[in-house]
Amino acid sequence: MKGVILDDRGLHMAHADNVVTAIADLDAGMEIASEEATIELVEDVPFGHKIALTSIDPGDTIVKYGEPIGAAVESIEPGEWVHTHNCESARGRGDRSTDDGEVA
Amino acid sequence: MATFDGYPRPDGPAGVRNYVAVVPTSVAASAVAEAIADRATENVRATPHQMGIDPPKAAREQIERTLAGVGRNPNVGATLVVSLGPETIDADVIADEIAGTGRAVETLSIREAGGTAATVDTGVALARELWDGIANARREERDASELVFGVECGGSDTTSGIASNPAVGAACDRLVRDGGTASFSETPEFIGAEHILADRCVDDETREQLLARVERRESAAQLMGVDLRGAQPTPGNQDGGLTTIEEKSLGAIAKGGTTPVRGIVDYAESLPIGGGLVLMDTPGYDIESVVGKVAGGAQIVAFTTGRGSTTGNPLAPVIKVTGNPKTADRLASNMDLDASTIIDGESIDAVGERVYETLLEVASGARTAAEQRRLEEFAINELQPNELAERRGNA
Repeated sequence: MKGVILDDRGLHMAHADNVVTAIADLDAGMEIASEEATIELVEDVPFGHKIALTSIDPGDTIVKYGEPIGAAVESIEPGEWVHTHNCESARGRGDRSTDDGEVA
Repeated sequence: MATFDGYPRPDGPAGVRNYVAVVPTSVAASAVAEAIADRATENVRATPHQMGIDPPKAAREQIERTLAGVGRNPNVGATLVVSLGPETIDADVIADEIAGTGRAVETLSIREAGGTAATVDTGVALARELWDGIANARREERDASELVFGVECGGSDTTSGIASNPAVGAACDRLVRDGGTASFSETPEFIGAEHILADRCVDDETREQLLARVERRESAAQLMGVDLRGAQPTPGNQDGGLTTIEEKSLGAIAKGGTTPVRGIVDYAESLPIGGGLVLMDTPGYDIESVVGKVAGGAQIVAFTTGRGSTTGNPLAPVIKVTGNPKTADRLASNMDLDASTIIDGESIDAVGERVYETLLEVASGARTAAEQRRLEEFAINELQPNELAERRGNA
């Protein structure tokens, strides 16, 4: 598999990623240690979902596979679940189109 | 060299199955086509669909290209085209295209045959005659370079990008190394990963075509003043951990492997033989997307799934690969390969080798889970009003 498995709990796909993927159903309070730091889960995170490794500000890019997958819409602390409630796509956003047809 | 045992065809690559196809020209003949296939013999397969009898020109051309492509697929030894009567989608036009392969083709009109019951009776007799004409075909050893391998993903979750897609991608790399063609599609699922595909294009022309097609799919959402999030990722994808279309796409493109992108073709357009990795511009709807590649000549398909999918195809075997351990367990009877071992540490390369071995076994006649259960979904992509308007504008 590409990436590094951390504590049999998280998969860190690429070095630049600021999230890890849960490879088991994880409970609040569990710890995941990376090279840089140890994070503690602030909430339950199901298999396949993402957890923040670092502090992320609103508007910051969420990185997985070493590539941008969207932007944070609120502050995200290490150990928080990262999903549609706090991360949005930057693509295919017709809802952001202005009246003259330009895309914001 | 890698080989498989296939049915030689006079005009091109060998088939991995030997079927009589019963192809309706419109929804008006779909039920009759199904009835004919049910009552004829074991190796007769219908391709019922929902297209109307009088579509606009560009839509009609896409439907005709798809239906003719289905009849020209190497897995089809002979074809019966069934229509309601004289229609905009012309049975004779489709039959002529198929006849160009040197394989047998017949047409049948419900109006001329005297109604549905009479058409089914006549159709069953015709389908049996067509079968008698190809029943003596025998498998011969053929080079893997004759294979056109369609890859598809559906019911994606996080494991698709981690396990099943990279494993199928490793099998694509092997087939391309051995001289064959691999193809993946679903252009909306290139969004956010198109820069990676663009970097892999063999020339500027291919790169420009690829980026233009992605832009067209993305701008369709913008024209309608909506965003993709209602549809991409789907609610099921989101339950499975996929947050954005970018994340889904980055996982999705892994199923095509790592070789250069040699071209991109239209929906149901012929895929080259011995062509390496070639993309097809299709919507993200799995059944239509698989049918587009089968109409383009794919004899065999791999379908990756995270949350579970059971779909098949009437004419091409569909190999199911999951990377989700729960799906591998719960839907074991609908899966052919478990790639979730990657999460436990088996290498992507080792699982890719298993996928490639399965590909050659299935090409040689081993039946997939979907074939054993006769799961044979078929649907044709219908061009939408905004797409038709754009094509008129370009004409």
